[in-house]
Amino acid sequence: MGDFRYWLAENKGTLLAVAVFVIMFGIYAGNHSAGFSGMVVTTAANKGVLLALVAMAQTLVVLTAGIDLSVGMVFVLANCLASQLVVGDALETTFGVVVVLLAGVLCGALNGIIVIYGRLQPIVTTLATGAMFYGIALWLRPIPGGDVNSDLADALTEQLPGGIPTSLVVLLGIVLVVWVPLRRSEIGRAIYAIGSSEPAAYMSGVNIDRARLTAYVVSGLLSACGGLMLTFITYSGEASATIGGSYTLNSIAAVVIGGVSLFGGAGSAIGAIFGAFVLRTIGDLLFVFDFDPLWQPLFQGVILLGAVTLGSLRLLNVKNRLDLFG
Amino acid sequence: MDANMPLFQMQGVAKSYGGVRALEEAHLRVETGRIHAVLGENGAGKSTLIKIMSGVVQADAGQMMLDGAKIVFPSPKAANAAGIACIFQELSLIPDLSVADNIAIANPPRRFGLIDRKAQRRFAEEALARAGAEDIHPLAQVKDLPLSRRQMVEIAKALARHPRILILDEATSALTAGDVAKVFAVLKRLRDEGLALLYISHRMQEIDELADDCSVFRNGRHVASYQAGTKSRNDVVEMMIGREYSHVFPPKPEAAKTGAPALEVAGLNWTHRLNNISFAARPGEIVGLGGLDGQGQRELLLALFGVLRGVSGDIAVNGVVRHARGPRSAKAVPSAMALIPEGRKTEGLMLPMSVRDNLTLPALDSLARFGIIDRDREQTAVDMMVKLLAIKAANLDIPVGALSGGNQQKVVIAKWLMIAPRIILLNDPTRGIDVGTKQEIYQLLRKLADDGATILFYSTDYDELIGCCDRVLVMYDGAIVRELKGADITEHALVSSAFSIGSGCMDQTGERQVG
Repeated sequence: MGDFRYWLAENKGTLLAVAVFVIMFGIYAGNHSAGFSGMVVTTAANKGVLLALVAMAQTLVVLTAGIDLSVGMVFVLANCLASQLVVGDALETTFGVVVVLLAGVLCGALNGIIVIYGRLQPIVTTLATGAMFYGIALWLRPIPGGDVNSDLADALTEQLPGGIPTSLVVLLGIVLVVWVPLRRSEIGRAIYAIGSSEPAAYMSGVNIDRARLTAYVVSGLLSACGGLMLTFITYSGEASATIGGSYTLNSIAAVVIGGVSLFGGAGSAIGAIFGAFVLRTIGDLLFVFDFDPLWQPLFQGVILLGAVTLGSLRLLNVKNRLDLFG
Repeated sequence: MDANMPLFQMQGVAKSYGGVRALEEAHLRVETGRIHAVLGENGAGKSTLIKIMSGVVQADAGQMMLDGAKIVFPSPKAANAAGIACIFQELSLIPDLSVADNIAIANPPRRFGLIDRKAQRRFAEEALARAGAEDIHPLAQVKDLPLSRRQMVEIAKALARHPRILILDEATSALTAGDVAKVFAVLKRLRDEGLALLYISHRMQEIDELADDCSVFRNGRHVASYQAGTKSRNDVVEMMIGREYSHVFPPKPEAAKTGAPALEVAGLNWTHRLNNISFAARPGEIVGLGGLDGQGQRELLLALFGVLRGVSGDIAVNGVVRHARGPRSAKAVPSAMALIPEGRKTEGLMLPMSVRDNLTLPALDSLARFGIIDRDREQTAVDMMVKLLAIKAANLDIPVGALSGGNQQKVVIAKWLMIAPRIILLNDPTRGIDVGTKQEIYQLLRKLADDGATILFYSTDYDELIGCCDRVLVMYDGAIVRELKGADITEHALVSSAFSIGSGCMDQTGERQVG
């Protein structure tokens, strides 16, 4: 059973996020006036999935010990693009979806290329490119509006027979198609290696540039998936700096709650997904307990701080103070 | 084809870093089935030589030949592909990945394009067995392993690539004595299997035991190559340092110190790593800490310096019980304690900061007036230290990381001498530095002791303990098992007391989890 111990040590951050989410969602569903109904779950799931996708995008860059401040803007850009292109018959809609995802890939690639070949810090690079992406979004959709293929939108945002929210299945599909293979590929290994110790990765003959570029590209792709889902949920596009900024910051919070180390090299996108769910449930919890909405940001902050503190409780057990800085 | 053609050859290779010649006209012949030792002081060009060989840096001039064909290595990957694997002094392991992930990092076994974890685990287990480190669990995260186990993983990782040429750069410096014996057996087996090994070490006994051929470098130039055993140790040392090898250690005082102890420790315990440690040290004494590596010596020094939490027992300074709450309270005046840490690049120095800023950091409070640093006083203090330790730096405003290893270590020591410490704790201060600097450090320690400082000196090098210390406390499994004094401090006594209890597998640390 020695193997299990090592597995537990590697995944404790993720497991903690899952546990916190299960407890919070249990309280939420138990106290909701409508009970643990399909609608409650679906509404919550749709909101959670949006942030979960952006948090997954953030995870990839954070794993390389970087930070991506443009995820929210790619999300908004994809939303605006989708509200123009994902309309019409099946062929046109498919084309639109492909273009939106491709736009996400291009945004990610731009970030990656600047960080890798320009040797600029990720935080500054993505701050600048994020503003650019937002500018493009604003140009595409100066005033909120647009439309989306409603058949596809409804199919992806409502319920499956049996009450399971479709958006959760979409998220699961994205995890299985994007995250799981990446986690188990050589490139995925290299992404962790870069974040953990870039000099050691280089000395080990790891292809650093390819891995980092992949991290940014997949990050862009996942943000675009999120933007696409947003369009399906709202049936419209809006170039909102507020939405972009709040998704960026919440994605960082979700990643931290999900047990991903901001120093890079440790954690999992699965943890970040549950981190996003936890964050979203905070808002819903306040709603069911009838708190004045004005109190929401304050409580959200307090609970975020509490959740993050939970993750650093292990520091109380550190017997060698030098380990505090590790 | 010439039958005498070596596997690998280097001719007229030169390399400069920003105008400083690190290597010129370097020659080297590496043959299969032989262990080739490269000797030289730090700064002799050994590191540059192997960096060129392993593709980390590129030569400015000269050529390299493998199997008689000219080759260039633009990257470590290219050198790896050509069959050259290097075990560096600075570890190349990735802390957050598991042992198996690390061993298979360059080319993990794959199935359907994805990493096959079962195959990877078998692969890692094989490699660990090949390195004689079966006790390390392949799923353990590298960051949880102690230094000596990491080094074994590093060796396993290099072997897993099935190299034709294996380069070991101070690869045994972090190992326990038991591991060194295992690694030597492995290296000899590899030689018999037809590998070419290039071995770099500061430890002469290791070279005597292992090497078939030796090449000596000095100041970036190749001095001589000879068959092992054809030169006396003294000849070799003279070739390396180009001066008489005598009086390495300063003379010890005749009489044992008496008087009140400056540092008294009674019944010190910390987790399971320190067990009931009691001893006393007097001003003017150099007290050595001996024993196998990783027996609690480092933890003892950290406990005295207030770095560890949950330490029980009494620590008395000048007869007054004082528990430091951290380095800041330990260095404060009543105890005036200094710790020269083990990792000069991590805990010792801020590498990107200037030599000057590094030097004055612990003493800033005494150099500042109302919180503003007094530049003149800082300059005076810095000048004094640079002179006292003969620190060689082109300029005091260059980053300390640009200095050679020996000079970096001098800066670490100097910055602590700034606070005029009365108790000096040293954690293996001469690891990986050249003979000349070592000698200067020994002289300095004796001078500090003569001036009334109390010195606690942990070293993994038995010669140092014998040459420098008035007394040696031998540790085993977190406890002091023997105290050696004066003429009783011999290599025989040190080794036998270090091993006297429970020989065999004393190091199960591969299984130990932190936190």
